[in-house]
Amino acid sequence: MNLLDQAKQAVQGMAQAVMTKAVALAPDSWVPGGQPDPLMHSKHGLIGAPVSRLDGPLKVTGKAAFAAEFPLPDMVYAALAYSTIAKGRIRSLDIARAEKAPGVVLVMTHHNAPRLQPPPLFLSEEKAAAGDNLPVMQDDRIHWNGQPIALILAGTQEQADHAASLIRATYIEEDAQISIAAARAEGTTQSQFMGQPLHNESGDAEAALAEAPFKVDATYTTPRHNHNPIELHAVTLFWQGGVLRVHDAQQLVTHSAFTLSRVFDIPEEKVIITSPYVGGGFGSKSLWQHHILAAAAARMAGRPVRLMLSREGVYRIVGGRSPTEQRVALGATADGKLTALIHSGLTVKTPHNAMPEPFILPTRSAYAADNILLDVRHVELDMLGNTFMRAPGEAVGTFALESAMDELAEKLGMDPIELRLRNEPEKDPTSGLPFSARHIAQAWRTGAERFGWHRRKPVPGTVREGEWLVGMGCATATYPYYRMPGGAARLTLTSDGHVTVDVAVHEMGMGTATVQSQVTAERLGLSIDMIRFNYGDSTLPGLIMAGGSQQTAATGASILAAYDALKKELVALAGNSSPLAGLKPDEVGSRDAGLCKLDEPDRYDSYAAILGRARREEVRVEASPPPPLETMHWSMHSHGAMFCEARVNIVTGEPRISRFLGSFDCGRILNPKTAASQFRGGIIMGLGLALMEETQFDERKGRIMNANLADYHVPVHLDVPEIDVIWTDIPDPHTPMGARGVGEIGITGTGAAVANAIYNATGKRIRDLPITLDKLL
Amino acid sequence: MTPFTYARASDVPDAVRLASLEATKYLGGGTNLVDLMRETIERPEALVDVTGLSAAIEDHQGGLLIGAAARNTALAEHRMVRETYPVLARAILSGASAQVRNMATVGGNLLQRTRCAYFYDPEGSRCNKRSPGEGCDAVGGFNRMHAILGASSACIATHPSDMCVALAALDALIHVQGPAGERTVALTDLHRLPADRPDLDSTLEPGELITAVALPSLPTGAHSTYRKVRDRASYAFALVSVGAVLAVEDGIITDVRIALGGVAHKPWRASTAEAALRGRQATPENFRAAAEAELLDAQPLRDNGFKVPLAIRTITATLGELTGENA
Repeated sequence: MNLLDQAKQAVQGMAQAVMTKAVALAPDSWVPGGQPDPLMHSKHGLIGAPVSRLDGPLKVTGKAAFAAEFPLPDMVYAALAYSTIAKGRIRSLDIARAEKAPGVVLVMTHHNAPRLQPPPLFLSEEKAAAGDNLPVMQDDRIHWNGQPIALILAGTQEQADHAASLIRATYIEEDAQISIAAARAEGTTQSQFMGQPLHNESGDAEAALAEAPFKVDATYTTPRHNHNPIELHAVTLFWQGGVLRVHDAQQLVTHSAFTLSRVFDIPEEKVIITSPYVGGGFGSKSLWQHHILAAAAARMAGRPVRLMLSREGVYRIVGGRSPTEQRVALGATADGKLTALIHSGLTVKTPHNAMPEPFILPTRSAYAADNILLDVRHVELDMLGNTFMRAPGEAVGTFALESAMDELAEKLGMDPIELRLRNEPEKDPTSGLPFSARHIAQAWRTGAERFGWHRRKPVPGTVREGEWLVGMGCATATYPYYRMPGGAARLTLTSDGHVTVDVAVHEMGMGTATVQSQVTAERLGLSIDMIRFNYGDSTLPGLIMAGGSQQTAATGASILAAYDALKKELVALAGNSSPLAGLKPDEVGSRDAGLCKLDEPDRYDSYAAILGRARREEVRVEASPPPPLETMHWSMHSHGAMFCEARVNIVTGEPRISRFLGSFDCGRILNPKTAASQFRGGIIMGLGLALMEETQFDERKGRIMNANLADYHVPVHLDVPEIDVIWTDIPDPHTPMGARGVGEIGITGTGAAVANAIYNATGKRIRDLPITLDKLL
Repeated sequence: MTPFTYARASDVPDAVRLASLEATKYLGGGTNLVDLMRETIERPEALVDVTGLSAAIEDHQGGLLIGAAARNTALAEHRMVRETYPVLARAILSGASAQVRNMATVGGNLLQRTRCAYFYDPEGSRCNKRSPGEGCDAVGGFNRMHAILGASSACIATHPSDMCVALAALDALIHVQGPAGERTVALTDLHRLPADRPDLDSTLEPGELITAVALPSLPTGAHSTYRKVRDRASYAFALVSVGAVLAVEDGIITDVRIALGGVAHKPWRASTAEAALRGRQATPENFRAAAEAELLDAQPLRDNGFKVPLAIRTITATLGELTGENA
């Protein structure tokens, strides 16, 4: 970083610090969320109703078209060839056989690719979406093993794949930094995340640890993970009169459209991305090199292009989760009060991205301790840019922290739940902010009762059924409430009483359209079939990513803002003959397809009557919610109490999970059916993290060796027991609808709950994920 | 995938005739071969589809004769297989998924190729099995899944089949027909150890076609079973598997056959352990001692040392299970 950048960052940092302080101290009522959303108390309506997914019938009948399912006239199919070295230059690229192969339309390499701008890196500016900022195929340089070196277009996918296999490259290899140990020996760097250092310090944690009568000081390691959404990353795209139109699998349509426009140096509105259905994202469906290369090739060939990555292709050009090595040291008094809490360690990133795995995030608000030291450092390797993967930070950070809490509980001779409850903080231990809502104790109590925690034997290795040792473990799950800036939504109310919502959000299978239709219908006093919800289109209002479990809140806040604008418009239109005459917009609410005075519901005017009298066919409003200052005013987090029953075979060491329960405190649950699927899905992914997921990154060549679903293990049906999920359903008074996100929390805490259950079953403490049978023999 | 021609064989001589070209492969269910072709590891110029040949499963000299085109599912569900050769039914059902087993043929299963990750990476890794003489990147790489018995410096790959482990324990005979006529080869002689020719998985001559598998009858009073140890509960290759046939009379072992999967370049017949057990008392101590004797020559690699104790424990437990009342 040069001096100017440093100065800029320092000024920004100071300004941010002043702002942070001011927002923290502001009166509640000045801050978004200061007035509770009335919808959070709504009973017997659509909020909290188990509405089945509106897109369910389309999906089970195969009628929902995914990104690779748009056949276009004259379309050609793309395949990629990938580098086999980690760093260096392409010496020669023999494309002669590929060009002559049947059906080939184009072979694009760094020799003939159009000149492009580097893609703006995610987090580097408001709308940036790229996983790395490398100018791929713009020169002969290789930055990672697996970087695309050629793209083939052909008449069929098989022809393109065949031609790609005929490309022959030779390289001038350079010394690549691909070993963590070697990089570490040359020094580590303090990590930054979203512009802030991953470092917190209060008191003297090392000294307090040294003096503590009870302590744990251990190192926990987690491996690389790769993204494996069931739908492969794909685009079908074409250029139409200078406009790039992309059918995509996206969780950031607006960001990605902006990013592509910058790459091709065209106005933002000249890129249109639509993505109505996405077969899983988990942080991976952002903007990667395949988008850029496919669009460049389509422009060169003058034909529509479909590029669907192979499963190996996803491993080669879509980043995953970085490995971590975490130290957790806890010091406690005999009654279990934490006096020292240290969570620090190392992760890896690349020179061309901005994502150190932020594993201390969950620890910042976890426990009251007088002395806290949190720190993440990283080294940079020559590898594919790592990225966000379901609960980045929390997923692996809670494994270390919550394993250590279990170890401490045993040293204290204390029940691990009791130890956690004794260290419940009254305010956020690192920011000092009050909690917006924190009912973790209730989640623990109800969860423990339902799971039968009292039957757990505290002495490990004492319960055996046949060949199987049986144990129980628990851990805290946690994930923050986020709401990112940039939200907006448009509402169109027509004289027949229908409402259309336009907002550029995403449906990756979690039920977005369903839940937001419920929320909109409830807010406007309509039935759900009166709502049309348009989304997944970069031309719609709003800059709302499906990430950070924030989409529900950000969308809800945007629709709320638009609703307020709609009320204002309708009250103005209602006129003097209306029962609403003379009322201010704030004094009215909705019921039964109309507006009424909030404290006098009989003063009512239907939407149809208001529009009819005003001779209007429709009313259309668009609005943005206030910036998300609530997250600087309160400490806002969801929690869960995770319970696991594990079995370990005494002959073979095979670990199997026989029961799991998640007891969550995530504010108001808007739809128990879709929320339960999110919780369960997260927990299943957590079981994979605990027991099997591991990318084999060969440090000799920087190459991923298990780039397929046969060798990279995720849980299969037989690995997943019945998973019970329950929730407090206590609204958060400072969030839209009283809800907090539910998409990521399920994967947090799960790894530690499994490890702690395995310890209770066997007496073996495994601090290195995944917990495979060889570690238990 | 490299373009190829396709022909469907009407009978065995037709298949052998069609396959006389050098770069021809017989196609069964395609569950492995097509995958390897997609990865460009196999690049046949011609495929001869043999799924129309005999898939019959018939009584044969007190045992069974199984047409090579029989689907894995059909074999696992066959009444006599389930009742008389449970080791075989269990082995087949522990492999792959129901969909894959519905497609996979018995002949094709016998000729599955290794799942070594370096073998499967033709673009980026060296492999003597793919390209003889270029070297082996698995030796110094990720080799948790690899061989502990019978490997060579040229190749440490394992054979992935579950079914073959059971067939090895059952003394199955493989019927083969080729340009030079018919012959029969013992299952245990069908697959090879790698030595300095890891490119050769089997002892089949060019153009030879597996036409049937013969299962001899089992000794009186014999019980059999298959136990597979793996990293997840289903759809994973064996770290170690054990197929065993055991006959005990008055506490004395009258017959025992043990085959191991996941430990070698071929289904590993544990003849040292068998010799140590024949005529001895069927006790856990004897089982364990025999298993230890079998693994005495094991040569673990960087990542797979655990397979040695795992194999010993699994052999011991499997034989123990066969002496139990429920076997």
